Amino acid sequence: MGLFILRRVGVMLLTALCLTYVVFFMTNLYPNLEKLAKTQGNFRMSDEAVASWLDDRGYLQSTPKKYAEWIGVIPSKRTVLEDGTEIGRCIPPGVEAADAPSFCGILQGYWGWSTVFKKPVGEIVGTRLSLTGFLMLCVMLLMVPSALLIGVLAGMREGSTLDRSLSTVSITTTATPEYVSGVIFIAVFASSAVGLKWFKGSATKAMEDPTFENFFLPVLTISLYGMGYIARMTRASMAEVMTAQYIRTARLKGVSFGNIVMKHALRNALIAPFTVIMLQIPWLLNGVVIVETLFNYKGFGWTLVQAASNNDIELLLGVSVVSVVVVLVTQLISDIGYVYLNPRISVT
Amino acid sequence: MEPLSFGGVTSAILWQFMPVWISLIALFAVSITYKRKLGLYGKLFDSTIGMIGFALVMFWVFTAFYSTVFDLIYTHDPLAQVSRMKNKVPGTPLPKPGDGDYAHYLLGGDKLARDVFSRMVVGSAIVVAIAPLATLFAFMVGITLGLPAGYYGGRLDTVLSFLANLILAFPVILLFYLLVTPEIVATGLPQYMAVVLFVFPLVFCGVLIHSRYRTQPSKNALRLAIVLIPLILIYMSLINESGSKIAFWPLDFFDIPGGTLVVFVSVVFVNSPTVFRIVRGLTLDIKTRDYVAAAQTRGERPWYIMLWEILPNARGPLIVDFCLRIGYTTILLGTLGFFGLGLPPESPDWGSTINEGRKLLSVYLHPALPPAIALLSLVLGLNLLADGLREESLRD
Repeated sequence: MGLFILRRVGVMLLTALCLTYVVFFMTNLYPNLEKLAKTQGNFRMSDEAVASWLDDRGYLQSTPKKYAEWIGVIPSKRTVLEDGTEIGRCIPPGVEAADAPSFCGILQGYWGWSTVFKKPVGEIVGTRLSLTGFLMLCVMLLMVPSALLIGVLAGMREGSTLDRSLSTVSITTTATPEYVSGVIFIAVFASSAVGLKWFKGSATKAMEDPTFENFFLPVLTISLYGMGYIARMTRASMAEVMTAQYIRTARLKGVSFGNIVMKHALRNALIAPFTVIMLQIPWLLNGVVIVETLFNYKGFGWTLVQAASNNDIELLLGVSVVSVVVVLVTQLISDIGYVYLNPRISVT
Repeated sequence: MEPLSFGGVTSAILWQFMPVWISLIALFAVSITYKRKLGLYGKLFDSTIGMIGFALVMFWVFTAFYSTVFDLIYTHDPLAQVSRMKNKVPGTPLPKPGDGDYAHYLLGGDKLARDVFSRMVVGSAIVVAIAPLATLFAFMVGITLGLPAGYYGGRLDTVLSFLANLILAFPVILLFYLLVTPEIVATGLPQYMAVVLFVFPLVFCGVLIHSRYRTQPSKNALRLAIVLIPLILIYMSLINESGSKIAFWPLDFFDIPGGTLVVFVSVVFVNSPTVFRIVRGLTLDIKTRDYVAAAQTRGERPWYIMLWEILPNARGPLIVDFCLRIGYTTILLGTLGFFGLGLPPESPDWGSTINEGRKLLSVYLHPALPPAIALLSLVLGLNLLADGLREESLRD
């Protein structure tokens, strides 16, 4: 087991390195850098001025070298300008060059400087991530129990009316992307045109003070899309378990239907959905970006959109590192959990 | 002119869709009559779920067909702005209709005073054209790489699976933002990706024919020529675009308009790793069967076994996944439109219209709801269709 985890962690680190390198390469393509120079320096800069601005700040080095600087394994480049000030990646605004460290990268805990928010990237990612973490937690609390409940209810008597109707509900939710269900929910429950006004159409206030009124719609919107898929997996797994021999034996011995479901079937039926739930987290990340944009909840997904559309290179890099790590860690947990829950699978 | 009432709007919309209703009824009548002779397609008409799904899908397919080919169904030019129609409610009459103009905005006007109904109808064409085609390309890529990965295993499998997992670990929206921004498009990166991704259908068709007719050189050459020459011509005009990084081919028949190619490439790119994993898994399962061993004993070449023994036997799950994946691609296209990526901002595709409409949602519902419901019904139709197909293909 230890060796298995070690190998998986190794592959995970390799994947993370490859992915961040790809993101690094694409955000550091020359047109992006040119735009950065023009927004940070001066919009009317000539091509030579852009090139020298970028060169002074170390942007024109080769991509592997810049990447290594960003990771923090080689010291970053510094340039002394004509007026005597020293500039470089490691010298944030307001810090003396002599005080700044020579290594500054992810490994040293330095994530860079956001050009949009004018703050260190680490700080932004931290606060935004905690907001989104709370959103995700609420989503999980709503989505997982209801999905499992729907799946188990549908799967315990395959082909019954209850099964048919619950299955149709779960197909419908998987067919409704967040930007459709969100729009419909806002239209029905929050707009002045319909007039119900049960909930708020914007979750901006929920960042400081989440209440049921301003926070339920975003949570419901994200949950619904993921719910159908998990429910269908649970249903399939439950239906399969219910046809197993040991369930028939239990029934012939006179165990009541409720006890069969609760004591005999449930545990085996929940192995497959566990993996699905963990693998669903990357998809939730997607939903989070859409829902945070739609409801104007300024969390992690909203930050991603802001960073990407405003060409904030270091913030975008920070955001992608975090999201890639989240995806990879959930994959790892799902693999380990699957092996742990299912004794029939051996790791060797 | 009087504004239309709710009933008036409903009946007028139903009337506008008349060609679609007629085609749907004709299609269903013919299919149900001959369903015993139509194989898997005919069996679909045994399941209610499948029929509902198929009807929803064909509704949008016919709508797209009639609105692009015959200019039917939609009532106004989807891009035309009529003054004093901004944000008007459904059923509002035009202030000064000209000769031959339709007198009402059936589903009202959006914030730029364009007809919401017409934009929804014309927007269907974009989705119905791109989504199945992009899915087909993703399948070609996934099949061409997944079959050898599963069949040979070993180092090839390790490398390809690692690459697939790499792409799958990317958050989709981040990938879209990285690929579809104008700066990246200016570097030509999506076009280079198109060059690579669009080769796979050529390789697939070529290998498919060659592995079958390898022993009959005359037939082989003829068939290869018939299939590959048009494909190569299309491929070359597809990747060449005058005024971009790749423009060397003289016979450039068509240019893909504004950003569509980029959207297409990124959607194919996101979808192919999943298809790869499915095909690889199916291949691993099927290659242990007796008929594969028989073919190996006969001395068939590996590619013949993969494409003519394994692939046809994997068709059931693949067809079901194809339907589901078209729905997923539709959602992805909507996501792109929702973030205003790729397609031009005035484009009537559903994602962009939802994005435009949502900004005024607390006051005006009618610009955002029709495209949202349209997208929902198409994806739901595809999912139900997939469900029906799965049920019917499992039955025997």
